[in-house]
Amino acid sequence: MSPKNMSSSAVLESTAVPDKSGKRFSLRLEYDSSRNRSPWWSPVLSVILALLLCAVFIAANGMNPVTVYEKMFRGAFGTSYGFTETLVKAIPLLLCGLGIAVAYRISVWNIGAEGQLTVGAMAATAVTIYFPDLPSFWAISLMLVFGIAAGALWGLMTAIPRTHFGVNELITSLMLNYVALLALDYVVFGPWKDPQGFNFPGSPMFTAAQSLPVLGTTRLHIGLVFGLVAVLIYFLLIKFTRWGYELRLIGANPNAAKYAGIHIKRHIIIVMLISGGLAGIAGMAEVSGVTHKLMQGISPGYGYTAIIVAWLAKLNPLGLIVTSVLFGGLIVGGYSVQTIGLPSSISELLQGAILFFLIAGEMIHRFRIRRSA
Amino acid sequence: MDFTTQLLIAAISAGTPLLLATLGGILNERAGIIQLGAEGLMLMGAVTTCIVYIRSGSLLLALLATLAVTALLGIIHSFLTVTLRANQTMSGLAMTLFGSGLSAYLGKSISGLPLPGTSPKLDLGWVKSIPVIGDIFGRLDVLTWFSLLLVAALHLLIHHTSWGLHLKAVGDNPATADVMGIRVQMIRYSYVTAGAALIGLAGADMVLAYAPTWNEGLTAGRGWIAVGLVIFARWNPLRALFCAYFFGALDSLGFRIQLLGSAIPPYFLKMIPYIVTILVLMYLGYRNRNKPSGTPESLGTPYIREQRF
Amino acid sequence: MQNHSVEMRGIVKRFGSVTASDQVDFSANAGEIHALLGENGAGKSTVMSMLSGVYRADEGEILIHGQTAKIRSPKDAAMLGVGMVFQNFRLVQTLTAAENIVLGEKSSFWRGSKWIKNKHAEIEALGERFGLHVPVDRPIWQLSVGEQQRVEIVKTLYRGADIIILDEPTSVLTPGEVEQLFETLRVMKKAGKTVIMTTHKMKEVMASSDRISVMRKGKMIATLDTAKTGELELARLMVGREVIITRQEREAVQGKPLLTVNHLEVTADHGRKALEGLSLSVRAGEIVGIAGVAGNGQKELAEVLTGLRAWKSGEIVFDGKPVKTASVRGAIDAGISHVPENRMKSGLAGRLGSVDNLLFKSYRSSEHSRFGILKAAKNRSWSQELVQRFNVKTPELDTPVQQLSGGNQQKLLFAREVSHRPKLMVAVHPTQGLDVGATAGVHELLMELRGSGSGVLLISEDLDELLQLSDRILVIYGGSIIGETDHEHADREEIGLMMAGIRHREENAV
Repeated sequence: MSPKNMSSSAVLESTAVPDKSGKRFSLRLEYDSSRNRSPWWSPVLSVILALLLCAVFIAANGMNPVTVYEKMFRGAFGTSYGFTETLVKAIPLLLCGLGIAVAYRISVWNIGAEGQLTVGAMAATAVTIYFPDLPSFWAISLMLVFGIAAGALWGLMTAIPRTHFGVNELITSLMLNYVALLALDYVVFGPWKDPQGFNFPGSPMFTAAQSLPVLGTTRLHIGLVFGLVAVLIYFLLIKFTRWGYELRLIGANPNAAKYAGIHIKRHIIIVMLISGGLAGIAGMAEVSGVTHKLMQGISPGYGYTAIIVAWLAKLNPLGLIVTSVLFGGLIVGGYSVQTIGLPSSISELLQGAILFFLIAGEMIHRFRIRRSA
Repeated sequence: MDFTTQLLIAAISAGTPLLLATLGGILNERAGIIQLGAEGLMLMGAVTTCIVYIRSGSLLLALLATLAVTALLGIIHSFLTVTLRANQTMSGLAMTLFGSGLSAYLGKSISGLPLPGTSPKLDLGWVKSIPVIGDIFGRLDVLTWFSLLLVAALHLLIHHTSWGLHLKAVGDNPATADVMGIRVQMIRYSYVTAGAALIGLAGADMVLAYAPTWNEGLTAGRGWIAVGLVIFARWNPLRALFCAYFFGALDSLGFRIQLLGSAIPPYFLKMIPYIVTILVLMYLGYRNRNKPSGTPESLGTPYIREQRF
Repeated sequence: MQNHSVEMRGIVKRFGSVTASDQVDFSANAGEIHALLGENGAGKSTVMSMLSGVYRADEGEILIHGQTAKIRSPKDAAMLGVGMVFQNFRLVQTLTAAENIVLGEKSSFWRGSKWIKNKHAEIEALGERFGLHVPVDRPIWQLSVGEQQRVEIVKTLYRGADIIILDEPTSVLTPGEVEQLFETLRVMKKAGKTVIMTTHKMKEVMASSDRISVMRKGKMIATLDTAKTGELELARLMVGREVIITRQEREAVQGKPLLTVNHLEVTADHGRKALEGLSLSVRAGEIVGIAGVAGNGQKELAEVLTGLRAWKSGEIVFDGKPVKTASVRGAIDAGISHVPENRMKSGLAGRLGSVDNLLFKSYRSSEHSRFGILKAAKNRSWSQELVQRFNVKTPELDTPVQQLSGGNQQKLLFAREVSHRPKLMVAVHPTQGLDVGATAGVHELLMELRGSGSGVLLISEDLDELLQLSDRILVIYGGSIIGETDHEHADREEIGLMMAGIRHREENAV
């Protein structure tokens, strides 16, 4: 039995309703798994619904949601300062989100971008501490290489348990996040603490030679170019190369990929190296371009927000750029409402809610109401 | 009390939230639904307990509120994964992100405030007189006793009742269960909801018995460790008990070593549970490479009736 | 009017644009074995699934014992005494046979050891009555396919079914087990139960049934008394035209040895031995058929030859060169093609279009890519050509292949596997689930490959297919080849015995 229609259809509910002419027909809710492309408005709608849901929580806090959202929006996009800040936040989101998207192409769930970013930042800082007097070009290049290598190593530590021991990469990558954050605590409280830092945890300030160039007087740094170039390379590789074809095949049907002689384990290791490396660049760019020193809380959860960025963008390169700017704005907006006494975690709350509605929205359009005799 | 006894007491204390969360995870996964939202659920459980307890002063009310809130989140997870058949991994991640965001948002108002009390201890005089055992079991609190009873109850439920048989059938082969007249969707909803509530209770236990005040992100990855423990325990409540206490011991070991005046920086000691989780899972993966892992067969796949290819 | 135990009137069921059951009337009586005969896809299983409540009919009515019945779920069917043994068993692998049988029973919440003991005794007694031995306390995954089927039958009896439907029950059994099954069916019939069996095998229908209903393309064609009909008439009704069942005359194979396998030992997934000292050879221009009941090492044999699985010991020589390690790419480069068992599971990537699916094995070659970059335009025109040459009906080249019909999917797969002129083709169940036309097409392609000097290793459970195509038939049992016959001397009965593990008489005598 193999009819043309390969989709599965399921009847969920069936209610007999008499129509105008008195003839009875029934309404059925049907599920159609072949409709796997959700309409363009689905992400937009999920953002709107998430805003509505969070409005309830804002109102419960005794504030007017409209005022709060307006203030958040102005804070993020209303002024040129706010907008450059938004772009600054978008850089790590773009790099980490791209890394997550690459891994997710073959169904590898990397939720360890937070840790990979952190070790990237640490490795870049190590360069400033152990080679303090390098000229600018060499300092930046070496920091970049160290950042990538450390992130990639962290990614590899997620990949190997998966490929050689069958351990779910979700758990491994998350556990490694905590290890990375504890390692960060250790160095900023211990060996790398700035002697002139009034006992605050943190490395010494970077020199100008160790800092990424910025745009004019803003804080927007060249890391944005890293991100955009990485997206462009990603697009070209996926679209035109054999490697991209192999990823497509593994993503569509891993069994079939095996039959085509593709080594899936090798690809898992490769994508995790890339994924970690990209997050490592993000970490390097944060310390070298934004904070100019290593300190606690180097990332306010970029690695986790990036998961939503990747999912919202549906792994589409252009979508990645748009969504990372959007979520950068959300973070900046969250900071801007702190002044009126609202916790900045409102942006995290919004992110979680958006993701929820997004998941529901992707599925709900597969259901449709059918009239049948 | 000697070092070992102290460590055992600490292991039970630190292990109880892990145990509750692991049992919750086992219920979820036995029904065939992955629960990666454990971290978010624990945080929501902890913050609900803190808010209601501080505001109302009633521990009972706080626990009931915790169960209600996290059960509601469980129903949302079921709706997404069972009814809408959404990706279970993604839904769990959303739960974790949403839970940590919402708990941070709600908890701002009570951050740092001490709770009016802890979970009451059951003073068992006659047990106390027994050496060592008395030291350990003479002063356990209500939630710990509850978790121990739950281990026994779930073990019996899964292996010696008709409900358990239905649960196993739904988790392993929902299509067959359906044909046999078992209501797959209803069972999945029930166990996912109950499981979420148990994980929420784990969060409550964290603040009641462990760190009696709310701090943003206070679970520090324990929800994720519980996800690993479910695999470690091979979906078996009795094994969950030992696994959870083993990790509880690891968790408190660092603190104990520090008290002994060790030169190892505390950060490295704190890494132990995370690293051991990975190593244990790797060891299990290696050991079981040629065996069926005990994973419920349908774990992660939504069930669609009248499927036709 | 006779009082039927089952009566279906004007049953219609549509799946999207396909009408799987078109105004079907069907009836069966208590105390008879009624065979529902038809080709794959004729709609037999669909009609029976509506009787057992798995599907709901779009139109028509069902009467059970003369009463109009509303069957909306398997539960409703069970209440009416209808039980079905599905082709894909509905058993929970991790539970024991007894647990599977009592599954769904809501009574007695607590199940202590006494309850279990009583149930085991009850089930064993029930099985004995119908000549069915079931190992009650062993988990399903440890049971053979035949044992699993017995568990399924006992399950329906335990649930009090007096109308018992068996969907293609013989397709998974050895000839000996088939005879045993028929004996059980006869006991059931004597006990006054209604036994309905769907099948596409005419010989078995003739041997076991009282009446026969024939379906073709979703329509009920005829209902006949078994005693008053014969195989030729049935075949004509089933296919819709005269069928001549003959074996083609052919010349003896003269080609040089292409593949030689000696004493192959292979371990399966869970450490079980899958192949034990298997030896075989294939010449150029020869079709070698492998007959056997599923699970006797066929899957592992195909995987080893196509580089998917490593072997423990033994020797493989292909085209004069010894094969050292298992490598899919090595096999592809050496010229070994593979039509896997389940095309959608491993042969094709359903979400991708025809171009990506056709490129599977050749995208690395300089023809299709250079310096790691795919030659997009050239690959497209190449695909277009193949799609036309093999007559694959697809709306567009980019249409996801999961939307094509089974026959067109198989054609696409053959197009890919044949396009690079293989020296050896390993085809596993290549016609499974295909209709007559598509099956003939696949057979033609295999014969063409033979004609052009390629070797073919045909692994199939369909004995007729093997008898028709193979130059030699080897019988696999327990991981080794236990018998061989050639095209001319092939004897159904003897092959059947060997499939059950009974060796040649000569060998036995030693």
